Amino acid sequence: MDNKTQADAFVEEICSIPGGEGIRLCIQCGTCTASCPNAEKMEHTPSQLIAMARAGMRQEVLSSNAMWYCLSCYLCTVRCPRGIKQTNLMHALECLSVQEGLSHGRTLTPAMYRSFNDFVYSLGSLPEFGFMTWFYLLTNPLRAIKLVPVILNLLRRGRLSIRARRLTPKGTNQLKAILDKAESLGGTP
Amino acid sequence: MKYYSYFPGCSTSEGGAKAYGWSTRAVSKVLDAELIELDDWNCCGSTPYSSVDELASICLSARNLALAEERGFDLVTPCSSCYLLLNRTNSYLKQYPQLRAKAEEALAAGGLEYHGTVKVRHLLDVLVNDIGYDEINSKVKRNLGKLKVAAYYGCQVVRPRPSFDHPEFPQSLDKLVACLGGEPVNFPLKSRCCGGSLIISEEALALDLIRRLLESAVSNGAECLVAVCPLCQTNLDAYQSQVNRRFKTNYNLPVLFFTQLMGIAFGLSDEDLGLRTSIVPVDKVLAKYL
Repeated sequence: MDNKTQADAFVEEICSIPGGEGIRLCIQCGTCTASCPNAEKMEHTPSQLIAMARAGMRQEVLSSNAMWYCLSCYLCTVRCPRGIKQTNLMHALECLSVQEGLSHGRTLTPAMYRSFNDFVYSLGSLPEFGFMTWFYLLTNPLRAIKLVPVILNLLRRGRLSIRARRLTPKGTNQLKAILDKAESLGGTP
Repeated sequence: MKYYSYFPGCSTSEGGAKAYGWSTRAVSKVLDAELIELDDWNCCGSTPYSSVDELASICLSARNLALAEERGFDLVTPCSSCYLLLNRTNSYLKQYPQLRAKAEEALAAGGLEYHGTVKVRHLLDVLVNDIGYDEINSKVKRNLGKLKVAAYYGCQVVRPRPSFDHPEFPQSLDKLVACLGGEPVNFPLKSRCCGGSLIISEEALALDLIRRLLESAVSNGAECLVAVCPLCQTNLDAYQSQVNRRFKTNYNLPVLFFTQLMGIAFGLSDEDLGLRTSIVPVDKVLAKYL
């Protein structure tokens, strides 16, 4: 594929994810980047990421840490003069990056999201203590040591329940049936 | 009496923000608002699900909305993230027919249908707009004596879609503080991000954002801060010691759920409001009111 078709194909792919379609409207004014609390820490700023995507730099965009540093604070979204839902666009890029199976050595956010989602999928609810423990075990247990004071404080004040909230068996089965069906429909539409 | 379906969310029901749930129950009782918890609700999936699996995220919320639709009342949640995700599902189902077709097929696998009629509200919206400031003011029993309060909104209660307040310079919570007898301080960062769930995966980034918020509140004279979201409260309260350690600062700012401040003004007891679950002790600042 030449550059032009490559770029078109990638933009097309992004547009097929709800929220991704805004990418066509960008005028590179940089308002999103100027509004983003984490822009300076990202490998590519939000507006750079859009420019790169439109230039067909698929691999570079999908392996950037930028979208994983997005806080979903939506400041960019309410300020964009073109009405682009930039946060949703970031989520669309995250979806594609996950589908691609790319690893992200420079950020732990994908691993954190995965731990979160595994719990929600199997229980229908999020037991915070279990989720945090699991995440730290999967990634870097040593990091958790620094957090011992925080965790002890939360435990002492009854703010970390070990036991998870359970749905009724009927509710659990219903939710499973829905999520399994969603998966068979191809996940992200 | 006003009736609502109630969606507490994981943190508020049995997670780290149980005190938010208790105080929500306690103040809504005083205000004659009946919050009927949705039976057998599931997690909204929050940002993690919506970031990596769009359809599953929509389906998680759609199941809750379908359950609420059967009952017919507005669906109220005290959590800003649940509020955003449930609302987002409503608008995505309208906006993207292909997505809706798939979501409907998935819901049908669980024997459910959703027709898009449920109105999703944040608790703050319901209290200030349905109940109203006058009614709230009429229940005040303890004078807060101009307690200086930083009214913190965070992000997802006011963004992205136009809702009951301004997306960058909201006022509703400031007015609520004032109508309880407190004094809302100038707080320029009141709708800036607390770091959200990145406190777990990218702690350094999030701690810096928390530090900025604490600095903005404290430098404007706040004696305490009130939050409208379980995660905002947890980040600002439980991680305050980490901020102090990392930045060699000395913040000691009590962080309350806004319903706890309401409860204090209404003369409710410490136990009803779960004030002892705060990590940064609230007693010193609030001693004269308790």
